[in-house]
Amino acid sequence: MKEKGWKDIPWGGLILEEGNAEEYKTGSWRTHRPVWDEKKCTHCLLCWVYCPDSSIIVKEEKFKQFDYDHCKGCGICSTQCPTKAIHMEEEGKFVIKTEGGK
Amino acid sequence: MGRIVGLTGDEATAEAMRQINPDVVAAYPITPQTETVQRFSEFVAEGIVATEMVRVESEHSAMSACVGAAAAGARAMTATSANGLALMWEICYIAASYRLPVIMAVVNRALSGPINIHCDHSDSMGTRDAGWIQIYSENCQEAYDNLIQAVRIAEEEKVRLPVMVTFDGFIISHAMERVEILEDDEVSQFIGKYKNAYSLLDVDSPVTYGPLDLYDYYFEHKRQQIEAIEISPEVIQKIGREFKDLSGRYYDLMGSCHLEGAELVIVAAGSTAGTVESVVDELREKGEKVGLLKIRIFRPFPAKQIAEALRGVRAVAVLDRSVSFGAQGGPIFLEIRSALFDEIKPPAVVNYIYGLGGRDIGVDEIERVYKNLERIAHTKKVDELVGYLGLRE
Repeated sequence: MKEKGWKDIPWGGLILEEGNAEEYKTGSWRTHRPVWDEKKCTHCLLCWVYCPDSSIIVKEEKFKQFDYDHCKGCGICSTQCPTKAIHMEEEGKFVIKTEGGK
Repeated sequence: MGRIVGLTGDEATAEAMRQINPDVVAAYPITPQTETVQRFSEFVAEGIVATEMVRVESEHSAMSACVGAAAAGARAMTATSANGLALMWEICYIAASYRLPVIMAVVNRALSGPINIHCDHSDSMGTRDAGWIQIYSENCQEAYDNLIQAVRIAEEEKVRLPVMVTFDGFIISHAMERVEILEDDEVSQFIGKYKNAYSLLDVDSPVTYGPLDLYDYYFEHKRQQIEAIEISPEVIQKIGREFKDLSGRYYDLMGSCHLEGAELVIVAAGSTAGTVESVVDELREKGEKVGLLKIRIFRPFPAKQIAEALRGVRAVAVLDRSVSFGAQGGPIFLEIRSALFDEIKPPAVVNYIYGLGGRDIGVDEIERVYKNLERIAHTKKVDELVGYLGLRE
């Protein structure tokens, strides 16, 4: 994304477009990532309730996947999961594909 | 048209606020501003203004409430003095950087400590870099007139900056003077309706105020603020002309000056400009070539106009009612001296710090300044760049 000059941006740091926080990818902030164990998951979706970054993707009322572009690795989902179907692993073990913020 | 009444500076300010009838006023009482807010609260209690009055627990909250209200699309006003302004500090910068046209009366009072309730300009001068437009008033009439014009200046689309209107604590705030008040409908027509293009309450065009703004865009937003305040003089002059059509009283970037044929000039802001003016009238009757340049708009500083106005002058004394500790003189002096740097034949310029903590300044001291200027113009020698008036050695 090419950054705009001072004449081409709204004043005062205003953001005029709703819901554009999604464009800001925060996945690279993660030091640990949640990993899902399909066998243990009962699809109670407590992870979806607790996730502060809306990074639990649900399809047809079932857990589908994590949004690793935005998940910051806080681990709340793994703490809340009643069946221990989510555990945290070192991010370094995975290839980092996102470049958060750009 | 209008009526003539006896009002103190605080009362004249409250009267202007009543006629402006802002959507929101959030304020906390502090001497010598108290009577402004007290009187305005009576207007609210009596139901003669439609204002939502927010009785906050501190000035930090007062300015925060004004920021929230202005972002929501309301016309928001407040008033404060000295330590109250100091407590607002953080939010003053936020109001300016979010481009919110908050209007504030600052009743000039010395900052603590030691604690002092009387006039000097240390409070408003301290906020001179906060991004607000600053208008200094000499008397009750100017405080009233400037506050009404401030609404238009702040809300002008290409400016959109908060405006601070100052007047001297006690000397003006508590002194009763003859003030010409406009009709209520004249004021409401002059200021018009506030239209915020980006209202937080506009659910059809949602907008985010105050996002994190790091090294990628913060600098660009500061550049926009610079542009807005640099454009403001033409707006201030345009509104000054419109105000003259309405009231018969004309305001430019500089205050009214006595510079015709002047060789020795005193620069002053606030009520002292009036004292200087009376000395100028007296000395001019004796044929002395003395003059006055009154500061009105201090931010943005009208450097070009002032340099032009002082062309041909031999010696200038700048009176500062505040200290910039460790600097090369008071805040007004620094601006004036810098403004004259590119002149081919700049006058000699000296600085006098005076009136701190409400210390009185009399005509005899001002006469002495003109005598010193005469000596400087004659000998072309400045012994003391920064001096002090009315200070015991």
